[in-house]
Amino acid sequence: MNEIVSKEQIAPDTWRLVVRAPEIARRRKAGQFVVLRVHEKGERFPLTLVSSDPDAGTIELIFQAVGTSTKLLAALQPGEDILDLVGPLGRPTHIEHFGRCVVIGGGYGMAPVIPIAQALHDAGNELVGINGARSADHVILVDRMGAICQRVEVCTDDGSLGRQGFVTAVLQEMIEADERIDFVLAIGPTPMMRGVAELTRPNGINTVVSLNPIMVDGTGMCGGCRVEVAGETKFACVDGPEFDAHEVDFDMLMRRQRMYDGLESDATRMFKPHSTPLDAPAHEGCCCEEDRPDGK
Amino acid sequence: MGSRVMTQQRQPMPERPADERVRDFDEVPIGYTAEMAVAEAQRCLQCKRPMCVEGCPVKVKIPQFVELIAQGRFSEAARKIKQTNAFPAICGRVCPQEGQCELTCVLGRRGEPVAIGRLERFAADWERAHDEVEAPAHPAPTGHSIGVVGSGPGGLACAADLAMWGHDVTVYELFHAPGGVLRYGIPRFRLPRAVLNAELDYLSKLGVTIRTNFVVGRTATIDELLQEHDAIFVATGAGLPRFLGIPGENLLGVYSANEFLTRVNLMRADRFPEYDTPVHCGDNVIVVGAGNVAMDAARTARRLGAENVTVVYRRTRGEMPARVEEIEHAEQEDVRMHFLLSPIELRGDDDGWARVAVCRRMELGEPDETGRRRPVPVEGSEFELPCDTVIVAVGSRAHPLVPDTTPDLDVSRRGYVAIDDSGATSKPGVFAGGDIVTGSATVIEAMGAGRRAAESIHRSLTGQEPPNGNGG
Ligand SMILES: Cc1cc2nc3c(=O)[nH]c(=O)nc-3n(C[C@H](O)[C@H](O)[C@H](O)COP(=O)(O)OP(=O)(O)OC[C@H]3O[C@@H](n4cnc5c(N)ncnc54)[C@H](O)[C@@H]3O)c2cc1C
Ligand SMILES: Cc1cc2nc3c(=O)[nH]c(=O)nc-3n(C[C@H](O)[C@H](O)[C@H](O)COP(=O)(O)OP(=O)(O)OC[C@H]3O[C@@H](n4cnc5c(N)ncnc54)[C@H](O)[C@@H]3O)c2cc1C
Ligand code: SF4
Ligand code: SF4
Ligand code: FES
Repeated sequence: MNEIVSKEQIAPDTWRLVVRAPEIARRRKAGQFVVLRVHEKGERFPLTLVSSDPDAGTIELIFQAVGTSTKLLAALQPGEDILDLVGPLGRPTHIEHFGRCVVIGGGYGMAPVIPIAQALHDAGNELVGINGARSADHVILVDRMGAICQRVEVCTDDGSLGRQGFVTAVLQEMIEADERIDFVLAIGPTPMMRGVAELTRPNGINTVVSLNPIMVDGTGMCGGCRVEVAGETKFACVDGPEFDAHEVDFDMLMRRQRMYDGLESDATRMFKPHSTPLDAPAHEGCCCEEDRPDGK
Repeated sequence: MGSRVMTQQRQPMPERPADERVRDFDEVPIGYTAEMAVAEAQRCLQCKRPMCVEGCPVKVKIPQFVELIAQGRFSEAARKIKQTNAFPAICGRVCPQEGQCELTCVLGRRGEPVAIGRLERFAADWERAHDEVEAPAHPAPTGHSIGVVGSGPGGLACAADLAMWGHDVTVYELFHAPGGVLRYGIPRFRLPRAVLNAELDYLSKLGVTIRTNFVVGRTATIDELLQEHDAIFVATGAGLPRFLGIPGENLLGVYSANEFLTRVNLMRADRFPEYDTPVHCGDNVIVVGAGNVAMDAARTARRLGAENVTVVYRRTRGEMPARVEEIEHAEQEDVRMHFLLSPIELRGDDDGWARVAVCRRMELGEPDETGRRRPVPVEGSEFELPCDTVIVAVGSRAHPLVPDTTPDLDVSRRGYVAIDDSGATSKPGVFAGGDIVTGSATVIEAMGAGRRAAESIHRSLTGQEPPNGNGG
């Protein structure tokens, strides 16, 4: 189950996996995600479903190796299985014919933009992409954006590729130039999403962001993923992950995202990559077998 | 039999001392010895019309199994229980006996009732420890296939019966490990995982397939499952957390009890960083609520090292819904109880961490629709309690995923699935039971519902009554 079919490094610390998961592939819609667990002692964490091939029974994941779990995932090789993979979770994106859409991805946030941009494209929207990253080697997925966008603006913080500056600067220019914008999608670091929301708020441009709070179950059972939208508490995993950017309390989101940072950095410091996670066979006879009576 | 003199006191349960047990997650009650079990069993009057049985939701054959224990036939006693209760080692530990079988035991009128739960636990533990659990018989396959949604006690009990009668059963579970609340909610110090796993092992010997990481409504819908299965039993529980709806509830350090317990029980945050999932548990922990869930959260917090754990409840001790034993254990473990108190606001520090719970005193007013006196706020009585961690355990809601994705499944006003006496829902071929029907109830009630649905499913598929004396 959940065999890694192929693996490719597409930027420093950023990986693309194709994974065999026919049931998820069959039902996946734009905007949905999976929750994974990489080894017997691992945590559950979400990744966006970038694409799927129902005929081949595969899904595509793109992720940045930032901490313990994502590094362990990056250490898996083709032919190995992801221990636990569940989905597709979350509400599919609301897609309609908006007209002219600007789709913005910052860093690995470009990955979750792809499926939504694709769905917007399929619904007959005209797309402009803004693809931002730290530096040239961190810019990902430009080709795929190019295939569905009328034009793609690339920008880097250090100017090593495309224009120098943030994605918000590009968007601001477009707004100031009175370009027609009917819909904006922005996914990336929380400050970036907030920046976009502030830019589009004065003109009331319909803007959607995809939130990434810390999740456990991903199905509404823990409330760990709660975010505040329009003054109301929402569970991002079942009510989202996409919300109206102008209603989101980004401060709270950022604080809650950092809730375990002190603890996590301890764990990351202790991280030593293994060829197979934990040295032990990842799927049986491990010390926490007590939690796997189904023998998986 | 018959000539026993009722002189003995109820045998107390040997327990580990509080200061020792708050340092680990091992089980608190040690269990009766064989001598104690026999002595306790001999207290039973073997009533002709046993009232105890009336109090048990699944009508365990109490006098019969107790008599077998009195005669030293322990494993036979376990098998007797299993005729109506597939998982005695679990129920003996977690049933609220004082409100069920032991409430109605006649001995309770003039003294202490027979310790039915402890005896049940003893018999089941004995059978397992002495490897006397009978391998299940493999009946001829009926050719019928049934899907069970949710692997909590309701789903497991239903699956066990159906498999015993020769049906092909697949259980679908969204988490990566089966058991429902038994795994992610009830802590190991009350229900050791070896006990739960032994029951699950038995299920797999019966030929039941458990598919974890499968979210019905997402990975596949009920309608899709109906193409593979002849009938479906929905037992998805009431696992959605409720919050208080007060300001500050989204501050850092504020958890639903579900999240707090899931992190520790399922994900083993108690052993972070050996396990990757962290949990925050400060020195001052406030738990809001007074049911089993609240007691479990409070006692778990103590075991994670919290110095001061305070349970805040808006009614009084008499209204606490938790099992008596849990309340006693919590108090022995230095969990403080504050009654007639309700948090109205949580205030944080500059970094967004909860630091203060503003609480208001309550007093009991007129009885409400449940017959309990309604707590009413005392104006101007607000005061502040310091906190680092707040755990909200004020009840739960129906899991909506299945109803939301099954258009022709009737639900009640509050989202619970509607069923008839046979356990059938409005949708042909689909049955339901457990917390998703009743709202948060008990393990044994969910199991009872699972077994009743199994009977109805068997009847509807075969046109026959289920085989008698399903042996266990
Ligand atoms: C709906 C959703 C979709 C996502 N899609 C992608 C994606 O397609 N590609 C990608 O690279 N990343 C994605 N993420 C983020 C990804 O889940 C985190 O990077 C990952 O969990 C980090 O775990 P770690 O152990 O490697 O790092 P850690 O060191 O544990 O944490 C680093 C940061 O990641 C976040 N994080 C940690 N644990 C969790 C958790 N259990 N759930 C959510 N966030 C967590 C925290 O904000 C933390 O500060 C998504 C998140 C969400 C909520
Ligand atoms: C912390 C805690 C302590 C408790 N203590 C006691 C006690 O001491 N004594 C007692 O009698 N009762 C106790 N209870 C109550 C008791 O546990 C429940 O009444 C009982 O577990 C209900 O069983 P169930 O089978 O209906 O549902 P659950 O045990 O809730 O199981 C439902 C299962 O379905 C899964 N699920 C949900 N939706 C889906 C889906 N769409 N697809 C696939 N799977 C799904 C869930 O993940 C879960 O595993 C306690 C409850 C809690 C939370
Ligand atoms: S199942 Fe529960 S209620 Fe019934 S006899 Fe056993 S302990 Fe008592
Ligand atoms: S009511 Fe009490 S004394 Fe009578 S049979 Fe039941 S357990 Fe024994
Ligand atoms: S991740 Fe648990 S409710 Fe959203």
